[in-house]
Amino acid sequence: MRARPVRWLPLAPATLLLLLFLAGPIGYCVWISFTDMQLTGSSGTSFVGFANFRRAFADPGFRNAVWLTVVFTVLSSIVGQNTLGLALAALMRRASRPVRTLTGTLVIAAWVLPEIVAAFLLYAFFRREGTLNAILHWLHLPTQNWLFGLPVLAVSFANVWRGTAFSMLIYSAALAEIPQEITEAAEVDGASGPRRLWHITLPMIRRSIGTNLMLNTLQTLSVFGLIWAMTRGGPGRRSQTLPVFMYDQAFLKSLLGYGTAVALLLLLVGALFSVVYLRLMRVEV
Amino acid sequence: MSAPRRGPRRRTRERLAADAALTALAAAFALPLVWLLLSSLDPDADLRVRVPSSPTLDNFSAVWTDEITFTPMLNSLVLCGGATALTVVCAVLAAYPLSRYRSRLTRPYLLTVLFTTCLPITAVMVPVYGLFVRVDLIDTVYGTALFLATSQLPFAIWLMKNFMDGVPRILEEAAWVDGASMPQTLWRVVLPLMGPGVTVVTIYTFIMLWGNFFVPFMLLLSPDKLPASVSIFTFFGNYGSVVYGQLAAFSILYSTPVLLLYVLIAKRLGGGFALGGAVKG
Repeated sequence: MRARPVRWLPLAPATLLLLLFLAGPIGYCVWISFTDMQLTGSSGTSFVGFANFRRAFADPGFRNAVWLTVVFTVLSSIVGQNTLGLALAALMRRASRPVRTLTGTLVIAAWVLPEIVAAFLLYAFFRREGTLNAILHWLHLPTQNWLFGLPVLAVSFANVWRGTAFSMLIYSAALAEIPQEITEAAEVDGASGPRRLWHITLPMIRRSIGTNLMLNTLQTLSVFGLIWAMTRGGPGRRSQTLPVFMYDQAFLKSLLGYGTAVALLLLLVGALFSVVYLRLMRVEV
Repeated sequence: MSAPRRGPRRRTRERLAADAALTALAAAFALPLVWLLLSSLDPDADLRVRVPSSPTLDNFSAVWTDEITFTPMLNSLVLCGGATALTVVCAVLAAYPLSRYRSRLTRPYLLTVLFTTCLPITAVMVPVYGLFVRVDLIDTVYGTALFLATSQLPFAIWLMKNFMDGVPRILEEAAWVDGASMPQTLWRVVLPLMGPGVTVVTIYTFIMLWGNFFVPFMLLLSPDKLPASVSIFTFFGNYGSVVYGQLAAFSILYSTPVLLLYVLIAKRLGGGFALGGAVKG
């Protein structure tokens, strides 16, 4: 077949949109992160080299945001969503049908609900006068002002509540693909539940584990609305993850150049994870 | 021979244990949702789960106004509907050559698309805002819709291409022999055969855009243009004393369309793998 350029014409609209609204902003992002652009005032914008990046690494606010992003990601994505998703998927294989359907529906409903509604529901749940404290009080356990005292923990739990469905779906599909005979043979040989999990199940689904961890981490890196609506990054800066810090610097403090430098760093971390993910998947196209 | 004899009883025990554990987890997941349902019916709702003493639909009728419900929902529909239409049309067009023709560029193009699917779009919002101010697209519905469409496009192309790969080429070749042009083949032969695939991409894109908060929050400023995802936030964040019952009622009204749409496509998305890369907030 001869190469006929007209055949590739249908790619044009999509490519144009992606170049204008995605590649364009990313390129622009690289440019403004090297300038001192501000939102207010017409003082002009000048090139400042790596000043924004040097400033970021010296800024305790930035380092705090990096640390909180790591905590938030590890707690909510790697520990929470991943482990809970696997546990749900594994339990659902043994449970009776009605319980399975009910649990699946609830977990997925939490996922499909719009981000801001989810944020609002969990805000109500964690507030001092909210449901969690009411339950703890009823159980005679110590109560807490969660959003004030442990804001990172509260938003991490919120992210687990909202995001676990995805892990559950991935692990359900992965577990369904393990041949029944292998599990049964191990059972007959007398392998206990934990040993079967460690020596048979986990090795067989390791690619799904990789995919899931990578996608969860990427999704968690970009969470903004959930945290913004629940705590606005507060109290003080105690739940200010990188996206919230970026928004705060660029818009509330009007430091567009600095905020964009932070955005670029976030984008680079995301790009790094994406590349690892693509390699890990060994995507066939 | 003890294992087979013990088998059934152990299986029952395992099932009971799994049922108990799952029920506990389901209850934990249900609590915030139960609060939403009960508060929407409670005229004196507060922040904890409580059965309303005299359930009414007053909260719903209180928010059932132009200002609170209809304008934001209509804005959402225009914004997300427009963006979804654009995404789906562009994705169908792009998927066709990617699925049908071989070229040295196909693979790099698809890998770039998949790579883009994974990028944290949140990080792009600051430069997008700067760019939109420059080119005067800020606070325009079409500008916001164009960006929303682009943000969902990589995944839509990827999904659409996979669905299109499932349509056999034999039928198209027959159409070509009959003298049909490429657009005719795409429109008359390929699209009708991948109807379910197009439906899934359309609904999924719409659900993602309907719930998107950050993009319209950044790019739209006028209160009368805000979609429900942002108006609920201003309602919730800025009112001195929040009427929780009304807020719950509005949350339900705002969430219902996407919950219903999800039920429509749930079977086809159930595998989870089809969703790879689809979970950016």
